[in-house]
Formats: sequence, structure tokens, C-alpha cells
Amino acid sequence: MATATDTIEDLANKEYRWGFVTDIESDAIPRGLNEDIIRMISAKKNEPEFMLEWRLKSYRHWLTMEEPKWQNVHYAPIDYQNIIYYAAPKQKNSPKSLDEIDPELLKTYEKLGIPLKEQELLSGVAVDAVFDSVSVATTFKDKLAEMGIIFCSFSDAVLHHPDLVQKYLGSVVPYTDNFFATLNSAVFSDGSFCYIPKGVRCPMELSTYFRINAADTGQFERTLIIAEEGSYVSYLEGCTAPMRDENQLHAAVVELIALDNAQIKYSTVQNWYPGDKEGKGGIYNFVTKRGKCLGVNSKISWTQVETGSAITWKYPSCILQGDNSIGEFYSVALTNNYQQADTGTKMIHIGENTRSTIVSKGISAGHGQNTYRGMVKILKNATNARNFSQCDSLLLGDKCGAHTFPYIEVKNSTAQMEHEASTSKIGEDQIFYCKQRGISAEDAVSMIVNGFCKEVFRELPMEFAVEAQKLLGVSLEGSVG
Amino acid sequence: MLEINNLHARVEGKQILQGINLKVNAGETHAIMGPNGSGKSTLAQVLAGRESYEVTKGEVLFEGKNLLEMTPEDRAREGVFMAFQYPVEIPGVSNTYFLKAALNAIRKHRGLEELDAIDFLKLVKEKMKLMEMDQSLISRPVNEGFSGGEKKRNEIFQMAVLDPKLAILDETDSGLDIDALKIVANSVNALRSKDRATIVITHYQRLLNYIIPDFVHVLSNGRIIRSGGKELALELEDKGYARADEVVTASSQ
Repeated sequence: MATATDTIEDLANKEYRWGFVTDIESDAIPRGLNEDIIRMISAKKNEPEFMLEWRLKSYRHWLTMEEPKWQNVHYAPIDYQNIIYYAAPKQKNSPKSLDEIDPELLKTYEKLGIPLKEQELLSGVAVDAVFDSVSVATTFKDKLAEMGIIFCSFSDAVLHHPDLVQKYLGSVVPYTDNFFATLNSAVFSDGSFCYIPKGVRCPMELSTYFRINAADTGQFERTLIIAEEGSYVSYLEGCTAPMRDENQLHAAVVELIALDNAQIKYSTVQNWYPGDKEGKGGIYNFVTKRGKCLGVNSKISWTQVETGSAITWKYPSCILQGDNSIGEFYSVALTNNYQQADTGTKMIHIGENTRSTIVSKGISAGHGQNTYRGMVKILKNATNARNFSQCDSLLLGDKCGAHTFPYIEVKNSTAQMEHEASTSKIGEDQIFYCKQRGISAEDAVSMIVNGFCKEVFRELPMEFAVEAQKLLGVSLEGSVG
Repeated sequence: MLEINNLHARVEGKQILQGINLKVNAGETHAIMGPNGSGKSTLAQVLAGRESYEVTKGEVLFEGKNLLEMTPEDRAREGVFMAFQYPVEIPGVSNTYFLKAALNAIRKHRGLEELDAIDFLKLVKEKMKLMEMDQSLISRPVNEGFSGGEKKRNEIFQMAVLDPKLAILDETDSGLDIDALKIVANSVNALRSKDRATIVITHYQRLLNYIIPDFVHVLSNGRIIRSGGKELALELEDKGYARADEVVTASSQ
């Protein structure tokens, strides 16, 4: 296995290209967490009273909770009093247009390949850029507003659309949900908000780009997407962070609500700094993502490509409440070096004729540990519910691990459940076969990994699929034939 | 084109090849026959550059260059092709994509421009017609779910597209029924040319009824013990390898 292993190590040892730090003055609050800190965050954002109340309620509940221990990941205890809960790039006034934004910030996003100048944007993508704790720019706002679409930072939404925020915030992920979601509810600083009115098909991909820059800060953003009756939206999320020796906490919450006949497609390419080769540093990515198919015939699809973070702990889930609603989860999770991922989904079938599909592809290399954890729950009234689950694991090398924990709970006898699982290894045979045809070992590994992930990649919007493939160090598959 | 001098090789500590000498010129077809364990497949693997096989002595020149110093992919790019006895499955990677990557790697190595999707598909269609390949096979993932016959045909199809200078067919007839064998043999014959050398490795003579060789070599205990024309294959069929071995043993004593 000498050559196969060498190639895998080469791949594993590729430098993290997004690890630079932007030299920008930051407005941060003191370290630690208490009610004063929460009031301070709320005050900095000029929030209405209901928001502060909600934060404090969450914080008080959080104090009664314990950090979960059931996940299959290992890390040193987190000192929650040693985190800075709010950091923002210093700006004199809130920027009215992109011209007023600190050029250092614009440069940062350019370096990341996320142009914020609208004329330079890929046609069809509107971006909300979140830098440390705040949203720095949202593009195409006016154009979208003409159609009644609201796409803005969460802070803006709290100020300008408090009714919508108050109605839906916490309606999918309640503030009592889990340790990290509750912490987020108390301290979240910004994020994206998106509202698609009745019957509107959002004409472009909406995208949020999250960047952690400041040291010792946690990033706690919140995303809320509401798709009214008969509407459609495709939403993309990307993330990077500088290379630092200390672990940084990222605990986000995403809530999606789809009403009658509405459809939400949510895609993530997560590339937080994964730590170095020895496993030092990296982001702890403890995220709660959940969508509620509230209306009949509604549909929510999650697609995620998880290549970064020291630890990934997330289960984008669907509550299938409306009759005939559909939930989908497509996932590629890659763990390299000492990365750990415990990821999967929950599909909760409540309505009749609800359907769900789960396709999970786990790739482990180096000393990486990859766990799929999924739950499919068919409740008593969910007549004729159907689920199809497929969990495949690919091992590269012999020091990594793949684990699968599927849970199935069925309370209605008309349910149809299918579960498929496989574990495979990139064989020396496969690599030699490719080499004998003139293909280098590195390209061979990329090709095989890419082939393995194909079912998930084809669910991604075009621009993201390209990004995802690049991230896995692969060349373009499927351009022919 | 190919010159093998006193080649010794071992695998997992076991000496398999014990002094192979062989010269193959462009345009020629050589058959290498021999019983199980005689070293036929080892020879193919060593020529292709399989890492688990260790060359302990001897040299191999390919168009005057030291073949043994090259990586497996460089050998392929220089024009050495091996049709595998057990073609490998690569799930999720389409045959066309795989072949395009291979062909362009070879073209790049030779300083040629890479083919774009349109030109590549044109080439593939042409070769498919020549090989009488089914369209559906080439859009499917590499060898995944292929029958034994389909896998072997796919190997020869790849050879047609990659157009090697030296083709080594490792037990291409194994596992094929007579109809599949004829189809594969016809494809191989269609690819014979004065610029290409072919080495056909087989256990059975029957393949050589369809791919008529210019030379036949008998391999035993890691050495070529007899060489001759196509009639040697028939003689072996008649008498079996055991006799061939005896004849040589007797004559060398």
C-alpha cells in the first residue's frame, strides 16, 4: 500500500489556503459570559426589548444545562468564560454602500474568492458576508426587494422586520433545544435573514459567507429562512477561518420554515480551519440546523460538504409536519489528519405521505474519525411515510475510522423504510489500474473520491459543486458522457 | 521495441522470474504460454510496474529507454498498455471520464494538446464502432456491474482509444465463453498494426486460434524454455505443459 498511502498523505497534507488573518481594528467586548455581557451585545445592536428578553431567558436556561457527552468526538473541556462573545470590525458609521466598507475587508473577501462588488459577482448569486460577529455587506438587496424578498443581516431583520422575527425565531429550534443552540440563543451576534413572499421564486442563489477573523472569539450566528406559500429559494453557505493554534468555537443555529407548496434548498460548503497536521488548533463546529415543512407539499433539502473544522457536530434535520412534505439530506464529510466529524440528520415524519431521503458519504483519511449518526422517526399519524437511507464510508489509509449509528423509530405500520450501508477502502488495485492508464496517483485518488461523492455533488448548485470538488482536491468529474 | 535481458523478479520474498530474455519488434505478436505459477502474469505486472513486484536483476529496454526506472504512469504514457486479467471497478467514475483523463495524461506527456470533450467523444464513437461496443457500457462507471466478458471487452476498448505502442494482454481469455472469446479476439485483431507490438499471455491455446501469433514462448519456472512459431502452441495443446517441461529437462541434462 506504499504508494496509495503516500498519495493520501500528500492530499492530507495540502496547505489550508484560507488561513490568513486580516489586520483590522476590532471592536470587541470583554471576555466571558454573564447577563451584563448579553445586555451589552443587545445594546450594541440597538435591539428591541423582546430580543433582549429572549436572550436572557435562553441564558438562564443554559445555566441549567450540561454540555452533551454522547457524541463520538473527543476534545478538551471548553472554558466558556474565556471566550470573547462579540467582535466586530471597527467602522465609523454603518456603511451605506460598499464604497464605505473598509478596503481591508473587501480585500479579505476578494482573497477568499468572494467578490462583494456587485458588478463582479457571479450572475445569480446574492451574498451576505458575515465577518466575526457582524454582517458586513449584503449584495443585491434592492433588486430582491422589488420582488418582496427580504435578504439582510439578522440584525437588520430584528430592527426592521421585528414581527417576522418574533413570529418565527425559535419556532423550529426552541431556545431550550440543546446546550449549544441555547448558548447561541443567548449570545448570537448576527447572521442572515431571508423571507420569500407568497408565490415568488427567488431568481438568484442567496448566499452567506461566514468568516472568523479575530482571535479567541466565538462565532454564534443565526440564520432564519421563511418560504411563504408556493415560494422557492436556494440558499448557499460558505465558511473559512484563519489558522490559529487555539481552538475556536462556532455554534450556529439555522432555522428553515416552508409553508404550503414551498421549497427550500440549503447548501453548505464548510471549510473552517481544521487544525494542523498534529491536530493542534481548528474550529469546533457545533451547529444546530433544522427545517420545518409546516405546509402541505412543502420540501426542504439539505446538502452539505463538510471538509473543515477540527470537530464537526451537526445534524441538519427536517420536521415533516405538512402532509405530502419531503425532506432530503445529502452529505459529504471528509476528515483528515486528526479531524473528527459526528454528523448526520433527523427526519421526523408527522404528516401523511411524507417522504425522506438520506444520502451520506463519509471519507476518512489520516487519523480522521468519521461518524454518521441519523434518526428516522415515523410518528403514529404519519400514514404511508417512506424513507430511504444510504450511508457509505470510504477509508483512505489504515489509521482512520468510520462509524455508523442509524436509529429508526416507527410507530405506524404503513411505513416503508429502506436502509443501505457500505464501507470501502481505496485499494492499491484501483490506484494501480489508473496509473497503468497514465493517470497519476494523486489524480486517481481524487477521481475515486469524487466518484464516491457523485450522488451528493450533483445536488449542489453549479458554482458550489465546482468549489466542493476543488476542496476535495479533485478534477472535474462528469464533464463528458 | 522491447528488449528484456536476464530479468529476475520476486514477489513477497519468493523468486518468480529467473532470467527472462525476450525481444519484441514493432508489428509482431508474441504469445507467452505456460502452466499456472510459471511466472506469466508476474512478467506482465513487472513490465507494467506493479510496486509489489521487486526486480532483483536484469534490464528492460523500451524503445531504448530503461523501462524499469519509470513510474507505472510514465510507462503508460510512453506507450505501454496492459489489459488486466481482473479489471478493477471504480464506482461513480464513468468510463468516458476515466478514459478522457487517461488519454489527456498521455497526450500531455507527449507534448500534444489535450482533447476537448467534443473531439474526445468523436474519437470514442469511432472506436466504439470499430470494437462494436455498446454505447451504454461506456457511459457506465468503470467496470462496475460489468459481466466478465464486458470487462475484458472494455479493456480492449480502452486499448483502442489509448492506442499504445506495446500492448500486453494478461489472460484476456480467462473466464470467457467461446462467443465472448471470439468477439474479444476480433477486437484485438482489428487493432493489429505494423507500429504496434502485442504480447498475448495465455494459459490455453484456444485463444491463439483466433489471435494468430508470430512467435510462441513457453514459460516454466520463471524462464522461457522454448520458443517457436505458431505451431508450437498446437504442439503444447497436444502434449501438455508437463511434456514440454520434461523435454527441456531431459535435453538440458
